[in-house]
Amino acid sequence: MFSNLADKLQNTLKQLRGKGKLSEKDVDTAMRQIKLALLEADVNFKVVKDFIASIRERAVGEEVMSSLTPGQQVVKIVNEEMTRLMGEKQSGLAYADKGPTAVMVVGLQGSGKTTTVVKLAAHLRRAGKNPLVVAADIYRPGAVKQLEVLSESIGEKCYSNEEADPVDICREGLELAGRDNYDPVIFDTAGRLHIDEDMMSEIAAIKKAVKPHEVLLVVDAMTGQDAVNAAASFNETVGLSGVILTKLDGDTRGGAALSVRAVTGCPVKFIGVGEKMEALEPFYPDRMASRILGMGDVLSLIEKAEASVDRDKAREMEQKLRKQQFTLDDFKEQLGQLRSMGSLEDIMNMIPGAGSIPKEVKQMSLNEDHFSRVEAIIGSMTKKEKQDPSILNSSRRRRIALGSGTKVQDVNRLLNQFGQMQKMFRQMGTLDKKGALKKLKKGKKGFPF
Amino acid sequence: MSLVNQFKNGLARSKTGFIGRLGKLFSSGEVNDEFYEELEEILISGDVGVETTLKLVGELKEDAKNLKYQEREQVKSLLLEKLTNLLTSGREEPVASEKPHVILLVGVNGSGKTTSAAKLANLYRTAGKNVLLVAGDTFRAAAIEQLEIWSERAGVELIKQQPGSDPSALFFDAMNSARARDIDVVIGDTAGRLHNKFNLMEELKKVYRVVGRCLEGAPHQVLLVVDATTGQNAVSQARSFNEALPVSGLILTKLDGTARGGIVISIGDSLGIPVRYIGTGEKMEDLAPFDPALFARALLET
Repeated sequence: MFSNLADKLQNTLKQLRGKGKLSEKDVDTAMRQIKLALLEADVNFKVVKDFIASIRERAVGEEVMSSLTPGQQVVKIVNEEMTRLMGEKQSGLAYADKGPTAVMVVGLQGSGKTTTVVKLAAHLRRAGKNPLVVAADIYRPGAVKQLEVLSESIGEKCYSNEEADPVDICREGLELAGRDNYDPVIFDTAGRLHIDEDMMSEIAAIKKAVKPHEVLLVVDAMTGQDAVNAAASFNETVGLSGVILTKLDGDTRGGAALSVRAVTGCPVKFIGVGEKMEALEPFYPDRMASRILGMGDVLSLIEKAEASVDRDKAREMEQKLRKQQFTLDDFKEQLGQLRSMGSLEDIMNMIPGAGSIPKEVKQMSLNEDHFSRVEAIIGSMTKKEKQDPSILNSSRRRRIALGSGTKVQDVNRLLNQFGQMQKMFRQMGTLDKKGALKKLKKGKKGFPF
Repeated sequence: MSLVNQFKNGLARSKTGFIGRLGKLFSSGEVNDEFYEELEEILISGDVGVETTLKLVGELKEDAKNLKYQEREQVKSLLLEKLTNLLTSGREEPVASEKPHVILLVGVNGSGKTTSAAKLANLYRTAGKNVLLVAGDTFRAAAIEQLEIWSERAGVELIKQQPGSDPSALFFDAMNSARARDIDVVIGDTAGRLHNKFNLMEELKKVYRVVGRCLEGAPHQVLLVVDATTGQNAVSQARSFNEALPVSGLILTKLDGTARGGIVISIGDSLGIPVRYIGTGEKMEDLAPFDPALFARALLET
């Protein structure tokens, strides 16, 4: 029912956009859709309530009603409020003026602390620092070993002492850093439930002992409504300075980010986006806002494409797209390139308006067999056919099916998908004409529909 | 401690939140829109999900109207029944016709697979079964050591290979070894994987195929381990894992926190996958069989 909430939301906002005059009812409908989208993305319901209230207040206020394009104005407000809620701009780590910077990493069990600690060390190394990681999780079997193995794998120093208690371990780690010029020191604490009083007083004690410059809460991006309870408790006990959101390489919308930010007021500083040790990135609030609402993330898409697509080929492709001369040959090549960028579905989700792409197109990338079949089918076409698929009558289609070892239905399906894709690219082309893509690139983010 | 008590204890903490509030809501007063709206909020804030909540409450409204219910208490019983029904779907426990009974634990990273594997091994060992644990997470650093320590604590046998080795090969060995050692129950841990990672899901399918080739009908159970703090993404996890290999049930972990695990209701509703066990703590004994009626009652009890 709400699997395509993003669609509905986009449609709602699209409808608003077209209106010269907004009734109370129009606003109500839009607000309900936004509310549902946020809840579906796991944003805490109290946060949603406040959020909707503040948008509604602005939406029925002077600012909108006196505007010539009230719908557009509402859309702008939603985006502004969303970005404001996420924290306006990207925020990095705070470093100590003198001596080693102490960074404490805390969180619930299984949120990804140990992996994140090592990723953070790798990040700091890239930034020219000489980090030390300290293994303070003496409870979970194998946790110390895990940290040792991981830090060794990237050549970083890990301090551990399985005889001592966590507070002493951290103190010793800090001393070692002062002596051997490690800076910053990252403390990997044990996962704990926020309602476990003994364990919570332990991190309070660690904090007292090492006086950290950063206390970072690691939050699984897939966390649901409970994220606020955990975050609020940790914040009360140790006073957080920031949040690291993990497992964002999944298909979660990551509403936990909004919730946690809203209850703690702490910025999300980094996001974990993969199993590799380099997969830790700075966090961009505006991009996350788009992801949560299912509105696409054009900036990340562009960056991803720039990282993995041949620049000249991309320019050539852009020309073709612009002139709408996208052929089956290009399609085949694109599939290959897309494969190197990750799942097509992920990529599609970054495209604004992608909610309206038929499911079949989105899903077709998920199956490797399907890829080779597509390649075989396109490979069995003549040059002319590839240039102009409209000449493909039934006898040609039969021949292609025979030639590629597939069925006529497969050929038909592919042609269908291709047609839909062309349509989609045409949509993007129109967007571009309106300058929406360019505007986005410049960072003046508007809703591109 | 009886399983029932253990189960109740696990839920006790969440009672002060979710269930306590439901109790208060249901206590008295007339059945009106405000009541249903509050009810929606409580279900949603328990991670039941918008879709399932609206559906449940919609049906509840309709039924209550048809039955001419005026009292909140009556509507409470009705909701209790609905929740129990949803949680009871597809409950037959698959059993192996010949030894060993093979259980595979799968799930996303950090959901609690390794700990659950150990707890489950302990549960079967306590029931007098001969258990073999398979350290199938060959990817995560020190995951093998983690299970090794657990297996010693539980006093069950463990089969392992070098870190980074092919899990399918390990499971092939494990199956043969299980038969040679006259093992009753094989419990396989696997590496955590996000359900949208194509290659990792293919790897899991291969493990499943290899186990099936070693023993017809195996694995008899594929249990998806779901962290109770997970939100709507758990439905997507369940759907994807279930598409890769037939998931026969869930283990709902970390129910000792304040999260209410309402997402299992959505999973039951959309996919018909039942919860088999709940994890309620860090100790070896903190795993209990799931009782739908009790769970539903505990949700609504005052």
